[in-house]
Amino acid sequence: MAGEDVNMSQAIISVKNLVKVYTMGDVEVHALRGVSVDIRKGDFAAIMGRSGSGKSTFMNIIGCLDVPTRGKYMLDGVDISMLSKDQLANLRNLKIGFVFQSFNLLSRTSALENVELPLMYNRKISSKEMRNRSMKAMESVGLANRADHMPNQLSGGEQQRVAIARSLVNDPVVILADEPTGNLDTRTSIEVMDIFQRLNEQGISIVIVTHEADIAAFTKRNITFRDGKIIREVEIDKPRNAREELIQMPVAIEEDEL
Amino acid sequence: MKLKNLLIAAIRSLAKNKMRTFLTMLGIIIGVASVIAMIAIGQGSKKSIQDQISTLGTNVLMIWPQASNTGGVRMEAGTSQKMTIDDVNIIIDRCPSVAAITPQVRTSGQLVAGNLNWRTSVFGVYPTYFDIRNLKLESGSVFTMNDDRSASKVCVIGQTVVTNLFGANADPIGNFIRINKIPFKIIGITETKGQNAYGQDQDDMVIAPFSTVQKRMLAITYIQSMLASAQTEALIPVASQEITEVLKAKHHLGPSEDPDFTIRTQTDIAQMATSTSAIMTILLATIASISLLVGGIGIMNIMLVSVTERTREIGIRMSVGARGSDVLLQFLIEALMISLLGGVIGIVLGIVISQLIATVLNWPVNITMNSILMSFLFSSAIGIFFGWYPARKAARLNPIDALRYE
Repeated sequence: MAGEDVNMSQAIISVKNLVKVYTMGDVEVHALRGVSVDIRKGDFAAIMGRSGSGKSTFMNIIGCLDVPTRGKYMLDGVDISMLSKDQLANLRNLKIGFVFQSFNLLSRTSALENVELPLMYNRKISSKEMRNRSMKAMESVGLANRADHMPNQLSGGEQQRVAIARSLVNDPVVILADEPTGNLDTRTSIEVMDIFQRLNEQGISIVIVTHEADIAAFTKRNITFRDGKIIREVEIDKPRNAREELIQMPVAIEEDEL
Repeated sequence: MKLKNLLIAAIRSLAKNKMRTFLTMLGIIIGVASVIAMIAIGQGSKKSIQDQISTLGTNVLMIWPQASNTGGVRMEAGTSQKMTIDDVNIIIDRCPSVAAITPQVRTSGQLVAGNLNWRTSVFGVYPTYFDIRNLKLESGSVFTMNDDRSASKVCVIGQTVVTNLFGANADPIGNFIRINKIPFKIIGITETKGQNAYGQDQDDMVIAPFSTVQKRMLAITYIQSMLASAQTEALIPVASQEITEVLKAKHHLGPSEDPDFTIRTQTDIAQMATSTSAIMTILLATIASISLLVGGIGIMNIMLVSVTERTREIGIRMSVGARGSDVLLQFLIEALMISLLGGVIGIVLGIVISQLIATVLNWPVNITMNSILMSFLFSSAIGIFFGWYPARKAARLNPIDALRYE
């Protein structure tokens, strides 16, 4: 029992018997039917499954965008089932970074200002610190020189990197990425996975949702959903290495583009 | 979210849509500017009417005898011969609220000077008349009570009389004119007063000592009317009351009997005239307020469209930690900024338009601090009122649905 307790304290996300039921008129939709899983500090996990398998509902709940119907969810030691809407917003601000499939950057707003966004809702941060931290986040995704660009002046891969910088800037306990490579071509997808791998090496915990097995292969752990339940959990012994693959790729891709 | 950050966020999103922001603001600008200009015109005309009335003297009371009644035949007002100089003296003695009083007799006379002649009114009054009527002299001096006692043949004449008998810019002081064949020495000329509120030329008259006109010209023993001034404007009703009591007692009338004289004050006339222009001001301001209201509805309309259009943005903000109240405040501040900035521009524009009307059209305008303050408060109230509903709508969005919104 003692050993389990230590494991529990290391788990930044701890979910037990999570159930989510949507009521649409007379019909009850069981999106989650009892999900239990722990995400530990430094984890890099991929949530897999077909559409309708409940993986998006699961992400919404662990992202504090939604609350479970039943079950317990501890985020960084806090039981979220007791929290108000405003407290959930606070948790999203301080503990979670989101990356979306469609980037979701504010249009006609510079990359740097997009990255600043989470800090604007943090009362404790001065505007000077806001600038510094945002620039640092932009540097860590390799876009420091594009800080003043508008999203429509950036490529898809660059936009997603800005989104990753935004998710990083508040120093969250976990980054949640929902199909982060869904709108990107193969090479750009690998570039994005490279950034995730580098961030994970620095100790940042990351959970991504994907339906592509070859993207999931970059992570350390694959969790597969079907019909609102986890049907398989696999530890990946030897994940794909995005950095090495990128070194070998460029020539071939450039020929394709021609 | 810190207020400073909220302001930054609001400014950024307003700056993103400059044209739309400006057009939304335009409704408020036009509304506020028209409210200010309209009230300025209304107040200006009210003030000019008040000024005109005050040329008659502001705290003046006119006392007329009642119509005479000879064997059942009633004559026109002021024809009674019961009012005498004793009435004037008793008012001087017994009415403390009355500052000055003069009897008044009036006749018309044919004026002759050299080869020119002119017909005008001749007033017989005490020297106090000049104080009561607020009448100043251009040159020369006023006759004295000694002149009155001796019924001296001296007179003060108005500018119109000077122009018609001696030509413009002449200085006829010391000259003689004949009024109904009686020679009078000109000792003073009144300052130009222009027309009064009823279009009467106030400079077309001759003023002579009371006794001179009463005895030498009219040969009567009664007086036609009295003109009195109250100590202050506020004391007019008191003075009126005192005069009524004193005169009724003197004329042996019981307290329940109707007086045999009428007292009219300037306030009655002034009130009537200014209430007309007050109604006009209200009318103009109402029309202008409607345009302000339409401007407010414009804000609500644009904000509602903006909330729908920015649903995804709201979702993004919520996902990075914006609370419902942060979103509400941001939209409210945007609406408030539009209305306040529009209000300030509108105030400036309103003042400029008012000044233009004053200089180009030569209309009297009077910009009051009240109208500026009122339209400023009104436009910020509009911002909050019409911004509230769209802002609340934005704040109540569910972040998951908002993020999915296309």
